[in-house]
Amino acid sequence: MQDKLIRMATQMADFFRSQPDEPPAQAVAAHINDSWSPQMRKDFLAQISAGAEADPIVRDAASFIRPPKVASES
Amino acid sequence: MKDFIIPDRDLGTPAVKSDVIVNLTIDGIPVSVPGGTSVMRAAAIAGVTVPKLCATDSLNAFGSCRICVVQIDGMRGTPASCTTPVFEGMNVHTQTDEVAQIRRGVMELYISDHPLDCLTCAANGDCELQDMAGAVGLREVRYEPGTNHFQRRTAEGPNPEYRPKDQSNPYFSFDPAKCIVCNRCVRACEEIQGTFALTIEGRGFDSRVSAGMSGDNFLSSDCVSCGACVQACPTATLIENKVFEIGTPERIVKTTCAYCGVGCSFDAHMRGEEVVKMVPSKDGKANHGHSCVKGRFAWGYATHQDRKLEPMVREKITDPWRIVSWDEALNFAADRLKKAQADFGRDSIGVITSSRCTNEETYLVQKLTRAVFGNNNTDTCARVCHSPTGYGLKTAFGTSAGTHDFDSIDETDLMLIIGCNPTDGHPVVGSRMRARLREGAGLIVLDPRRTDILETPHLGDSWHLPLRPGTNVAVVTSLAHVIVSEKLYDEEYIRTRCDWDEFLAYSEFLLDPRHSPEEVEKLSQVPADLIRQAARAYAAAPRASIFYGLGVTEHSQGSTTVMAIANLAMMTGNIGRPGTGVNPLRGQNNVQGSCDMGSFPHEYPGYRHVSDPETRALYERVWGVPLSDEPGLRIPNMFDEALNGRFKGLYCQGEDIVQSDPDTKHVTGALSSMDIVIVHDLFLNETANYAHVFLPGSSFLEKNGTFTNAERRINMVRKAMSPKNGYEDWEITQMLANTLGANWTYTHPSEIMDEIAMTTPSFSGVSFDLLDREGSVQWPCNEAAPLGTPLMHIDGFVRGKGKFIHTEYVATDERTGSRFPLLLTTGRILSQYNVGAQTRRTDNQVWHSEDVLEIHPSDAENRGIRSGDWVRVASRSGDTSLRAEITERVAPGVVYTTFHHPTTQANVVTTDNSDWATNCPEFKVTAVQVSPSNGPSDWQEEYQTHSDLSRRILPTAAE
Repeated sequence: MQDKLIRMATQMADFFRSQPDEPPAQAVAAHINDSWSPQMRKDFLAQISAGAEADPIVRDAASFIRPPKVASES
Repeated sequence: MKDFIIPDRDLGTPAVKSDVIVNLTIDGIPVSVPGGTSVMRAAAIAGVTVPKLCATDSLNAFGSCRICVVQIDGMRGTPASCTTPVFEGMNVHTQTDEVAQIRRGVMELYISDHPLDCLTCAANGDCELQDMAGAVGLREVRYEPGTNHFQRRTAEGPNPEYRPKDQSNPYFSFDPAKCIVCNRCVRACEEIQGTFALTIEGRGFDSRVSAGMSGDNFLSSDCVSCGACVQACPTATLIENKVFEIGTPERIVKTTCAYCGVGCSFDAHMRGEEVVKMVPSKDGKANHGHSCVKGRFAWGYATHQDRKLEPMVREKITDPWRIVSWDEALNFAADRLKKAQADFGRDSIGVITSSRCTNEETYLVQKLTRAVFGNNNTDTCARVCHSPTGYGLKTAFGTSAGTHDFDSIDETDLMLIIGCNPTDGHPVVGSRMRARLREGAGLIVLDPRRTDILETPHLGDSWHLPLRPGTNVAVVTSLAHVIVSEKLYDEEYIRTRCDWDEFLAYSEFLLDPRHSPEEVEKLSQVPADLIRQAARAYAAAPRASIFYGLGVTEHSQGSTTVMAIANLAMMTGNIGRPGTGVNPLRGQNNVQGSCDMGSFPHEYPGYRHVSDPETRALYERVWGVPLSDEPGLRIPNMFDEALNGRFKGLYCQGEDIVQSDPDTKHVTGALSSMDIVIVHDLFLNETANYAHVFLPGSSFLEKNGTFTNAERRINMVRKAMSPKNGYEDWEITQMLANTLGANWTYTHPSEIMDEIAMTTPSFSGVSFDLLDREGSVQWPCNEAAPLGTPLMHIDGFVRGKGKFIHTEYVATDERTGSRFPLLLTTGRILSQYNVGAQTRRTDNQVWHSEDVLEIHPSDAENRGIRSGDWVRVASRSGDTSLRAEITERVAPGVVYTTFHHPTTQANVVTTDNSDWATNCPEFKVTAVQVSPSNGPSDWQEEYQTHSDLSRRILPTAAE
């Protein structure tokens, strides 16, 4: 399961790296912010900070990803 | 209940468009009609009914029956009013002694070769021959009994001219004894349906209607059972078996088909609470009186014995079901949902809205998760079909929908059809396309498989680009390369509607040799010359339109292909005028509507992001609860999170994710790990095998609401009978919400639509009153467009300037190799629909009772496979077995199947790869190996066992 998020982010990087109007890392992060749940973003950031192997764009995207709020009250 | 009895007047010949208005007088009544109109139609418009048999306003005039003769001042003889055009100052007499005598003579001849069994005839009370005999005053038949077509035996013995009834079609019968050879059926098959299955064999007295070649019957012929011939027949010759069984209907309810995204309008002909027949509405704006075999005939599932009508629960999915009261089922569901949230957090549960249910029902289900569960975990079937359309078109144009209406097909000069099979998947649109092709429009088909639209007889040019599955982006980008390198683009359009600098940047990108047809040929196997020819033809057509389907979206680069398509249309100026456009053919009846209604986890109704503070504040005010600003889980993410142990509860309405979603084992694994799965459906579908609560649903015949079709057209669905399960689906969602403490108080779906209109700018003008008045409207429907918007982006794009997005081809991770050397792609067939839950429970089974694997002769021969053999299809995800059909429709290296049957479970084989932007699964590309097999695989046998066990229902205790 874990590497699936990286794989999905890499697919986004493959698209955005050829777009002229926005730095790809920020575009990937924006797309993730728009469409991933807080838990998915949290897992993704944890993997990147644990040093998971990833495309440089994907790694750079991490710093633009909106950090999930602290666990919501249930 | 609202019944509409619209006098379905037949004006005799089709409407004619003309700028010239002609004035004439008919029986002393002055009338003005467009030039080219027939005398018959002009008379009907003046309120004068001229007798007729071979004429009907859905077909071109034919002039064979001679019943409609009239006299015209200054003209010799008695011309047929159906084939005589009006002229200025014409003075017509529809009833004179001479005309009356001719008509009686003709009728006398007709009746002399027709059985006089009117009282017991199935068409009694609804027979044009009967009506005309009355209209012309036929009082006697002077001919002696002689050679005829209708007597089984004559005095001399068996009648050699008699032919028995053809009952091979399960839905209608053909009785040659009652045929008057008016040709209406043959013409309907040609002009409306475009199949050419019927013909007249013989000449003179030997003329007979014949299906297919001699020796064929209706079933074995090319007939696709669309029923246009049955609708056109003026006698009982072609008639629905249900009319034969039940009798004539007593009322009509106007409603909308619940099958594909064409959204055909239907008149449900009812007797009591029983459907006698479904007849496509002539005034239906999507279908103009036509339909396919599914909508017209395959509605028997609504009363099928498999339908479950009572709520059921069980502790564990291995237990048998227990029939319980609604209260018990709802409390059971609510308790478990609350417990899941208490134990695993607010985000641990979610919903899947139905793309088959109404807009109002879908709106309530997404409201349930946002306002009652307190998260945004809502998704819908569009995730697995057209989510890339939403994303791609919104990015390029600014709206998540197709740009044109279906009527625009009538004005197109060339159709580029990519990854869709309209004659099977969207048959009524397919028929309209065929009609336009017969008028000379060009055709380009990008598809790995040779689809039937290519076999249409037509006048224009056609090209088939049989690309390798997974190379859409490369091929469409290469088309753009040719257009730019040969300067075939529309500079003025680009300069005014788009950003010229953006176009220049895209041109530079396109001109790189890697996008040239020669390079792309290496990837796609489409000959470079074909790519060039197609690009030139598309760019040269004055009005070129693009239609596409799931063959575009269900790829790892689905969204990129949608953008590449948008680019192609923009650079050639093919958006904003009739006959052009980018038109996704949506799969299910309300998949457009379910997207519009906020089914996606990141968007409120009207495609507004959940993080948008203004929209969120609006819904917080209307719903009276705080709302989450975080995107929720998409369907594939729900499964992943379930397997991570963090997603525990799901309410799934009208959607069979186990059969329809990819990588079945992944799906069933996820569902098995949940604490509460609620299935709300007509049947114990495959997903119900993993459910704890079953809430019985209502069919489209049993509810009020709206569906939105692929043209953004909002159509009314009207209740024709009371729900057999006791409640309409929106009521059930409301009961569940209220059991969870929501306190909703809707009393009719119109109130839900009012709330949608109040909160969604593109729907602000929509109401049930408006829809009752107008029949249907296309969104946006608001102050700026009070009657809706048939064509979008006319003077400019919704987002401002159209956006050119770079479309780099990236090969999918799913690649062929020595273990899995073939590419499997999947699709649909005409007679079955989606997972088949509905159509498998009808007589449509006679056309397609099992999924088969199409394989090219060379691939079959290499593997020792013959047609009809059982074969095993294996991928990295799993394997299944089905029968092989050897055909050259697929290229070598490509195999193809459908997913209509749960016994095949084609999705055991598909992978969890998905579109980069939307997670739409890559159904269309799976690397597989095919080998001979003895029968069903172990998985299929295990699944069947599990399925049988999980469908057990405990007997209810005796009262």
